[in-house]
Amino acid sequence: MRRAKKANWISVCELDDIVPDTGVCVLVCGEQVAVFRLSGGGLHAIGNVDPVSGASVLARGIVGNLGGQVVVASPIHKQHFDLRTGACLESPGVGVRAWPVRCEGCTVQVRYDTA
Amino acid sequence: MGMKLVVVGNGMVGHRLLEELVALRPPGLEITVLCEESRPAYDRVHLSEFFAGKSADELSLVAPGFFEQAGITVRLATRAVGIDRAIKRVTTSDGGVIAYDKLVIATGSVPFVPSIPGNDRDGCLVYRTLDDLDALSDWGRRSSHGVVVGGGLLGLECAKALRDMGLETHVVEFASRLMAVQVDDAGGQLLRKSIEDLGLVVHTGKNTLDIGDGETKRHRMTFADGSHLETDLIVFSAGIRPRDELAGACELGVGQRGGIMVDNFCRTRDRDVYAIGECAQWGGKVFGLVAPGYEMARVVANHLNALLVRSQAPVLPEFVGADMSTKLKLMGVDVASIGDAHGATPGSRTYQFSDGHRQVYKKLVVSQDGKRLLGGVLVGDAADYGTWLQMMLNGLELPESPESLILPAIEGAKPGLAVDALPATAQICSCNNVSKAQLCEAVAAGATSIGALKQATRAGTTCGGCVPLVTQIMKAEMKRQGLAVNNHLCEHFPYSRQELYHLVRVERIRRFDELLARHGHGLGCDICKPVAASILASCWNEFVLQKEHASLQDSNDYFLANIQKDGTYSVVPRMPGGEVTPDSLIRIGEIARKYGLYTKLTGGQRVDMFGARVEQLPSIWEELIEAGFESGHAYGKSLRTVKSCVGSTWCRYGVQDSVGKAIDLENRYKGLRSPHKLKFAVSGCTRECAEAQSKDVGIIATEKGWNLYVCGNGGMKPRHAELLAGDLDGDTLVRCIDRFLMFYIRTADRLQRTSVWRDNLEGGMDYLRDVVVNDSLGIAEELEAEMKHVVDTYECEWKRAVNDPQVRRRFRHFVNSDAGDDRVAFAPVRGQLRPATAREKETRFGRLPTPVTTE
Repeated sequence: MRRAKKANWISVCELDDIVPDTGVCVLVCGEQVAVFRLSGGGLHAIGNVDPVSGASVLARGIVGNLGGQVVVASPIHKQHFDLRTGACLESPGVGVRAWPVRCEGCTVQVRYDTA
Repeated sequence: MGMKLVVVGNGMVGHRLLEELVALRPPGLEITVLCEESRPAYDRVHLSEFFAGKSADELSLVAPGFFEQAGITVRLATRAVGIDRAIKRVTTSDGGVIAYDKLVIATGSVPFVPSIPGNDRDGCLVYRTLDDLDALSDWGRRSSHGVVVGGGLLGLECAKALRDMGLETHVVEFASRLMAVQVDDAGGQLLRKSIEDLGLVVHTGKNTLDIGDGETKRHRMTFADGSHLETDLIVFSAGIRPRDELAGACELGVGQRGGIMVDNFCRTRDRDVYAIGECAQWGGKVFGLVAPGYEMARVVANHLNALLVRSQAPVLPEFVGADMSTKLKLMGVDVASIGDAHGATPGSRTYQFSDGHRQVYKKLVVSQDGKRLLGGVLVGDAADYGTWLQMMLNGLELPESPESLILPAIEGAKPGLAVDALPATAQICSCNNVSKAQLCEAVAAGATSIGALKQATRAGTTCGGCVPLVTQIMKAEMKRQGLAVNNHLCEHFPYSRQELYHLVRVERIRRFDELLARHGHGLGCDICKPVAASILASCWNEFVLQKEHASLQDSNDYFLANIQKDGTYSVVPRMPGGEVTPDSLIRIGEIARKYGLYTKLTGGQRVDMFGARVEQLPSIWEELIEAGFESGHAYGKSLRTVKSCVGSTWCRYGVQDSVGKAIDLENRYKGLRSPHKLKFAVSGCTRECAEAQSKDVGIIATEKGWNLYVCGNGGMKPRHAELLAGDLDGDTLVRCIDRFLMFYIRTADRLQRTSVWRDNLEGGMDYLRDVVVNDSLGIAEELEAEMKHVVDTYECEWKRAVNDPQVRRRFRHFVNSDAGDDRVAFAPVRGQLRPATAREKETRFGRLPTPVTTE
């Protein structure tokens, strides 16, 4: 069956699966996505593969803010990635994809856009 | 054209000349050094520390590879025996002849031995070289009673050495008081009392006439007043005499009271021969301190350099005499003498303050008009030394009532030295001739900790007396440059780690959100969260993965394993003391084989297993726990291992059970969270096979107990540990370590190893010893209680984790799939597995890393 060329919200986990202020890694149509839950209620999703080290680890980083940006620090060499855009703060031009994410009831959904 | 330079003598001053020359790099200079001793230059200023546990290597002043890199020929155990100035040749003790263009004599001095009949008996010694020290410790072992002849600076240093060896120690002084040159009668009396309180016996006004056989001991000393004293060993330390015999024999001009006469460039009457240090005499004076010697070395190095460079005649430094002010600590008693200590200047006024209870004596000598400080004496408390010295050297105007300088501070009303008032040219470190301007430049260039500043400028690295002043200048300069002495942890907390620790303790804060709400702002970050997690764990020792702490942990602590470059983890089970049974070792092997882990031995005597995927960790640990293992905390900023040698149980040389001690200590401190990792080691004898002196806490067995060394480390900047306390029994040892560790945890910065922490402690090791051993802050009981809490509440984090279903379910790569990370791949290496390289992954999976570029 052909997927329609439109937005698909894919359920990835329950909200309770994510400890507040941490991330988890979810598999979305073969791609690794890091989903973060902030204790204030916000949800963010970015690619899980750290472009600097090549390791799939961003979901395991520490979440916080630097100035106005909400970020995760890669556990390998501590570069910071903006949770809203996926941009790496230390190296302009480097970054990961940011994914739309939402909470429907108690279920976390990531939007998978077919190109 | 080149120049052949021969330097006779490789003492502190002779070696400083070489260092100055190497720094200037004059072209065509060829240097040969003759060193009479079998070791090159070492630190004679701190010689008595040899008896407090410092090794000959640690006293060395020669950087590794120094001679080789600089292309200097050094001939050890070779003495110069003659100089032929006509043909410019030096003859050596082994019959060699060396030609020179320029010659520098830096032969130093010899101890003065008064001509008393019997002064050459066996067991009559001197105290000057490391060989002398070896002889002294040899005789010390065969003696129970020792006498030092001479109550001056060196004599008292030597008396400390005798006392450290456990001898009943007497000091015999010809003059009517101790340190007659530096202090006055009142100061001498107080010094005497302080030293007698330490168990030494002082005899003043004693003129020794004869040394002969004793009745109960080896020698009997007979004095002019008819009294006598029996003792096993005698050390002469009654001053020094310049070693000028080489110069005398070739008619170089030697002063009446000794010393080769030199001019302002330290040249002798022969323009090709220089003399520096204690063998030289300038202006009728011989300078028996290291700082003037260093200055002479600098003068000669610049002079030689100018001769070689020849480009233009720059203004060359000249030696114009030196300030003989001095400060030292004698057996824990501070003594300082500044400038005109005896008030010899016509019309000078003196002020004195004496506190018999605290055993403090201060004397101030000021000019007739009361505006300038001329000199002073400090006994018992020399904290004002740096300030007074600067006031004198720079002619700073004194406050209206100069006596306020010596009266005890009342509510901080004491006028201090405003470092801003010091001119840029003020010499702050006299040993290394470092000016205020040089310090400020180094601060501007980024040396913003006392450790970095010492390294950049050498200030405070010889006698250490100027360190408080250097610190003040550093802080003032940082403030002035708007570097704002900002020790804030990060943008979320306007506090240092130490301050946060206190807030957590005092307010009994148990959670990060509480700490953030009360004292911080924002969400926190990867700096402050792990720091808070560590502080909370040090204070309350709750399970690091419980819900409210989990999000603070670095990935290592979050998964209780060490993350590697490819996102897999390594696993290290604890093996206390490095002891492991064959069965346990087999189980480790079986588990590693089952999960396909790469295994390697660590430097801390245990096994590291690499390549574990996050979802494998709980089952690996279930099996390890089943086999009797506990978490090794290799992932934490916490106690790693206590390395040990095999000790007296098996070793022919061991004097204590080092393995048993290591196991006890590892079990006591396992799980303790600290500002940085902590490594221990225990050696069973002085051969030190466990390399304890390279550890944060190193313990070496002695016949009587344990010597405790602290603040060493390997790594990028290796550093030897220093003796904190000696011959401790088991209980005292543990108490000292408890206090030391908790004091470190309280006061260190984030990620600051114990060695750097110690470098930044004002007062250094003496201060640390006062706090830990003598409880000078009165906090020992508190520190011990805090440690007891951590020890009593220990639990194996892995045991807790595998048995907690909530925690255990976090150990998955995907929260919505049981699949593993498909980007982890291995390749073979020497019969095991290693992470595949990026290229290998590319050929295997196609080009996988697809970093999206965002603008």
